[in-house]
Amino acid sequence: MEDFTIAIAGARLRDGSLRAVDLLAGVLKIASDTEAQIHAYLNIDHAGAREAAERADNELAAGVDRGPLHGIPIALKDNMMTRGLETTAASQILAGYVPPYDATVVSRLREGGAVIVGKTNLDEFAMGSSTENSAYGPTYNPWDINRIPGGSSGGSAAAVATGSALVGLGSDTGGSIRQPASLTGVVGMKPTYGTVSRYGLIAFASSLDQIGPLSRTVEDSALTLGAIWGHDPLDATSYRGDYPDLFSQIGAGVDGLKVGVVKELGGEGYEPDVDASVSAMVEQLSASGAEVVEVSLPTFDIALSAYYLIAPAECSANLARFDGIRYGLRVEGETAEEMMSRTRASGFGPEVIRRILLGTYALSAGYYDAFYGQAQRVRSAIRDDFARAYQQVDVLVSPTSPTVAFEAGERTDDPLAMYLSDICTIPCNLSGDPAISVPIGLDSRGLPIGFQVMAPALGEPMMYRVASAVEDLAGFQDRPSLEMVAT
Amino acid sequence: MSWENVIGIEVHVELATHSKMFCGCAVSFGDEPNTNVCPTCLGLPGALPVPNQAALESIMAIGMALNCTVAPTSVFHRKNYFYADLPKNYQISQFDVPICIEGHLDVTVGDITRTVGIERAHMEEDTGKSTHVSVGGRIHSASSTLLDFNRSGVPLVEIVSKPEIQSAAEARAYAQSLRSVVAELGVSDARLEEGSIRFDANVSVRPAGQEELGTKVEVKNMNSFRSLERAVQYEIDRQIELIESSGTVTQETRHWDEEAGVTRSMRTKEGSSDYRYFAEPDLVPMRMDEEWVERIRATLPELPADRIERYVASGLDAGMAAVLSGADFPTRTLYESTVAEGADVRSAANWVTGEVTARLRRGDGADEDDLLTGRQLAELIELIDAGTISSSAAKDVLDGVLSGEGDPGEVARSRDLLQISDTSAIEEAVDEVLADNPDALESLRSGEVKVLGFLVGQVMRATQGKADPKLVNEVIRARAGD
Repeated sequence: MEDFTIAIAGARLRDGSLRAVDLLAGVLKIASDTEAQIHAYLNIDHAGAREAAERADNELAAGVDRGPLHGIPIALKDNMMTRGLETTAASQILAGYVPPYDATVVSRLREGGAVIVGKTNLDEFAMGSSTENSAYGPTYNPWDINRIPGGSSGGSAAAVATGSALVGLGSDTGGSIRQPASLTGVVGMKPTYGTVSRYGLIAFASSLDQIGPLSRTVEDSALTLGAIWGHDPLDATSYRGDYPDLFSQIGAGVDGLKVGVVKELGGEGYEPDVDASVSAMVEQLSASGAEVVEVSLPTFDIALSAYYLIAPAECSANLARFDGIRYGLRVEGETAEEMMSRTRASGFGPEVIRRILLGTYALSAGYYDAFYGQAQRVRSAIRDDFARAYQQVDVLVSPTSPTVAFEAGERTDDPLAMYLSDICTIPCNLSGDPAISVPIGLDSRGLPIGFQVMAPALGEPMMYRVASAVEDLAGFQDRPSLEMVAT
Repeated sequence: MSWENVIGIEVHVELATHSKMFCGCAVSFGDEPNTNVCPTCLGLPGALPVPNQAALESIMAIGMALNCTVAPTSVFHRKNYFYADLPKNYQISQFDVPICIEGHLDVTVGDITRTVGIERAHMEEDTGKSTHVSVGGRIHSASSTLLDFNRSGVPLVEIVSKPEIQSAAEARAYAQSLRSVVAELGVSDARLEEGSIRFDANVSVRPAGQEELGTKVEVKNMNSFRSLERAVQYEIDRQIELIESSGTVTQETRHWDEEAGVTRSMRTKEGSSDYRYFAEPDLVPMRMDEEWVERIRATLPELPADRIERYVASGLDAGMAAVLSGADFPTRTLYESTVAEGADVRSAANWVTGEVTARLRRGDGADEDDLLTGRQLAELIELIDAGTISSSAAKDVLDGVLSGEGDPGEVARSRDLLQISDTSAIEEAVDEVLADNPDALESLRSGEVKVLGFLVGQVMRATQGKADPKLVNEVIRARAGD
């Protein structure tokens, strides 16, 4: 199948040279060729997707245009509620759970005529950086099937990278969209906190979670974000003000822009190929007229620690509802308390239990101030650091991940090593600001490297402007070899 | 040794908003179980809370009525604990930044009125309802538990008094005053029997004059004002007796057993409950700006204390003012409109709280709205004052009005209840009675005044109560020759 983007496929769906059902068939063909090796999906909705594609064809033929995603096959991370379609968050505790309602993003996709291909794999409850913490088995990286695709949105990233969807949605709590995008050579974007509704997203850490797109191109990213963002009365943290035009600055180049290179994100602990590739891109930006300055944000050094108190604390409460009483797995016991505790002990995987325990501890009387309270103070300090930086520069840049895709099993026994995968992405979750990862090249082993562009809150137009310039400068056209992957 | 009681009361008030605190489900008592539920109040994965503006306005009104300060900003917290009828296994409540702080309420026991401080009033969501069932019907042998989530997420206001209540009677009076304030505001059904108002008491005792507080015991499960008073009194007596017999009071939660009239330890591990409060990340801080606060303040109805004062100033005695103020809204409205039509305040109050209330309680006139208007009652009173009908005939007229027979004047005519003020007709009736009772006339003439009443009664009977008793009296006296 042709290497479609949303923009190209959209034009052909409208000029009649491509039908949505054929586009879907092409995508499903790739899935059937690659899923045994990649395992991007937990559940492909053949019937629902076909129906949506047929409807899109009929509507487009009748001149009904629902917008850029009309007829476009999209993959959804399996932590977003889809009415009538099993949603598990890759956990045993939700095995077989069929939601009675759609998440707001899902309703918006349906209204926009998108074709939902299926639900993609993730680290259980989005907790992890490799998609190995799935109760239903890991996802592998199409660039090297012995390696992980990153996580936790590894399934959506792998689906977009292999072509078993044109675009995917992920959720990003500490880098769960951007890091897997970086490791699979696609574009991954976390919007400003509050601009995409969290209603119907299974909460991991409510103050950090944000849904965003994984796509082939920066343009596709903006097209998809445009279709899902906007105020939602069902989410009390949803932003109520004006939403900027995402395309207003794309194509304007970087001439005259001030680009800040984050001093703390690079050097020791970063793979040389990653550092070199990122430095080369910074050079190119400079050569294109950007004023490049090194910026220090000292609080970044403690961001990871703060994150691993705040996120577990919130998750310890968010995941309390999975108790076997109203839905999901139930392991019987003599008393209600025993039933709940057995259900949770057997329904949650080890990483989820680890984080619930961490969070419960951090919130406990006598520890609250030293742990959770202190972490919140660090969070404020990080926001202050960002605010100071954005007084000097238009955007901040860094590697998205200190390393390229690592080998399956390499970090599963070492949670701290795994947590370090998110060191570059976590600060923007703590500040709530938007950030994007754009693929800029391959390392010496042929594995993708991502470049992160960060902008202040609601600075998506500026972020996309720089990301688009980076994309052009990198000229990254590589795709994983499907022949190698295909069974 | 003399003892001093230190009592604080926590009151939970369920608000009567149309929808729940954080979702659009109906607030409705007594519906089929689990029919007023949605993803949010069932705690389904991914569901989010959105605060109910009307509930926030209700708690602001309660706070203002209790003389509290409405905080300019306030925050919801998560209170974490596992319980089968708590769907999220955390309750959205408030912790260190409640909406209302530092108020007070006047409480009267006998002739003594004291001011009880109110520490805070905060907003939270109610839990679902557990019903334990088994063949034997006993909680202890419960074999299963039924859960109804209709109540889950109903807005709940918790009002915490300062530990300034000094007796069981005062605890009861405080609870009653608080209930009447909440009922007056119309923000809650305020029905104890349906659990829309619930009380917990914190009770401790200390030797009179001692600074240090005694060990506090929380008493739960009182479902009437009387049981609140009894439970608090029992707990005071129990603690004093315990200390006087060299025992010590344990800090614990005790359950009031209404039937046995005792409190019993609930055997919970006290001090082990750590709710791990933290700011609810699904909600943003609330801002109660001055304009909003003032807009709510402008909608506050007259509160009981203010109303009693107004009634007394208009000429009612304090007792009647209190009775009338405590009457339900339609009764007070009738009173106010009767007075507005020009009726004397005392006559209006007597009729409204007496004959009218008695008839309405019996169910007379229950089928139609406005069966008795203030204008009609004012007319009735005027007919009595003018001597057109007698007081006893007026009760029949009232019955007629309540049966929809028309205005008092019409009813008096159609039921033939107009008082006979025509002297010749009365003279005729008097003469007949005197002719039939010569002995009585003799007695009267010889100074036995008490037979006068008998003779008047006879005339009234002969005229079927329509004669003006004053005139009858005069005529008989004239005939007797004085």
